[in-house]
Amino acid sequence: MPDYNEDDYLLLSGIQHFNFCRRQWALIHVEQQWEENVRTLEGTYVHRIADQPHLREKRGNKLIVRALPVHSGTLGITGICDVVEFVRDPAGIPLSGEEGLYLPYPVEYKRGKPKKNDSDRSQLIAQLMCLEEMLACDLSLGYLYYNETKHRVEVPVTLSDREQVKAVLQEMHHYFAKKHTPKAKAGPHCQSCSLHNVCLPEMLKKRSVASYIESRLSE
Amino acid sequence: MKKLLNTLFVTTPDTYLSLDGENIVIRQEENILGRYPLHNLEAVCTFGYAGVSPALMGSCAERSIGLTFMTRTGRFLARVTGESRGNVVLRKEQYRISDDERRSALVARNFILGKIYNAKWILERATRDYALRLDIPRIKKVSAALSESMNLVHSVEDLDILRGVEGSAAVQYNSVFDELILQQKDDFFFRGRNKRPPLDNVNALLSFAYTLLSNDVRSALESVGLDAYVGFLHRDRPGRASLALDMMEELRGVYADRFVLSLINKKLINPKGFYRKENGAVLMDDDTRKQVIKGWQERKQEKIIHPYLNEKISWGLVPYSQALLLARYIRGDLDEYPPFLWK
Repeated sequence: MPDYNEDDYLLLSGIQHFNFCRRQWALIHVEQQWEENVRTLEGTYVHRIADQPHLREKRGNKLIVRALPVHSGTLGITGICDVVEFVRDPAGIPLSGEEGLYLPYPVEYKRGKPKKNDSDRSQLIAQLMCLEEMLACDLSLGYLYYNETKHRVEVPVTLSDREQVKAVLQEMHHYFAKKHTPKAKAGPHCQSCSLHNVCLPEMLKKRSVASYIESRLSE
Repeated sequence: MKKLLNTLFVTTPDTYLSLDGENIVIRQEENILGRYPLHNLEAVCTFGYAGVSPALMGSCAERSIGLTFMTRTGRFLARVTGESRGNVVLRKEQYRISDDERRSALVARNFILGKIYNAKWILERATRDYALRLDIPRIKKVSAALSESMNLVHSVEDLDILRGVEGSAAVQYNSVFDELILQQKDDFFFRGRNKRPPLDNVNALLSFAYTLLSNDVRSALESVGLDAYVGFLHRDRPGRASLALDMMEELRGVYADRFVLSLINKKLINPKGFYRKENGAVLMDDDTRKQVIKGWQERKQEKIIHPYLNEKISWGLVPYSQALLLARYIRGDLDEYPPFLWK
């Protein structure tokens, strides 16, 4: 498959929105709408530690890099890894300006605690695939750090995980090319969505406007 | 639905507005007249030639707080806006509809339908509330004529025909508007609409209420990513916010006219607050204008059930909810634009 044009790259962070709700993703990424709520502000707050691109740390056999921009031409995505830990490893790759061989491990910061579903995983897996492509290496592991539990969770990445992420991204590109905002099913998840006011999920299950007008006029 | 925040009206002329941390600070020379946190504000509206610091302008733009400059008499001067909200896909579709007269007519007729429906129910409600004071047969006759206009509008697909029906409905409604003024009749009467300049107290009040409403409508349209200058019923004219005028059609009566009537009928204003210039133009004094603004703010907080969304919202959010529904119609989520049909 040919690489995507850089102009058509989608934001990596959108995968999570897309998994949460396709309509939410389209509202943010196609329609460019954004509203803050408690959860999004919390997210921003959690990321303040990670979002320090000038901070570079060496700890033992680790080199810790923050806010690392990544992309993948084959997946057509671009984004920023909160933290990437480069760990010395004989099976690793050489890094310019560093001695020895390293393997990168992406660490994604999340508000809250580990979720029952694996909605946080796809974003991390996509980051990992970007790193593989940019650094020409094979990876199998990343981490999700949860702010509420202050713990990181190890995320092994399998072949079928990758296939799943690829499929999701293809679907996202398909929607984006059509500039289409899909209708979505309203559900309990709407309560925690910051775009509730813009989306008006209640509206989508309403009767037609034609019948609304009809019934008012006949009163 | 989103929360309605406050609008800060600055009516003291010669004040300077600046930013201090997360607050807006109002100064008059060396004195600080007030300090308000930005996170409580939806909009800032200044009357008179008040200056605003660039830092405050930036902060307002960033937070989508509408910042509007008006002359002391309430004529619109300028507005500070940041990056346009929403995106080009929505606006281009808006332009496509606007360029297509038939498609424009399909949206415009629902604005007009809303306008006539609301006019009818303003009258019907008055006949119920003041059965003993009003010339009921006369008003009922107009109400029946408005019903007829609605039936016509419902199937119109031509803008000129639509304008014709709208015009005659407006004549009908205006012919009994004076009846709805129940207090202070010697000083407040309606013998027809005039605006450049308003020639009587009621027209002065109506003009001012329409200015306040048009500001709210314009901000609402922009905040959902629509272009307030590209309309469907009102065609393009440089400097005219045509879409805001379109959307005002359905809200004028039910929002602004009823507000003006309640100011007069509840005696919240009195004729001493108006003065006549040599050429007949009628102006309000500063205190009266303040009184009107205060009433406007209170009206905005009152709750209603949105007739289409079936959700409890404040009056102040009606322009926003209509703008949102219009955007959703343009994007294809809705089969028609649902006008605000008040009863």
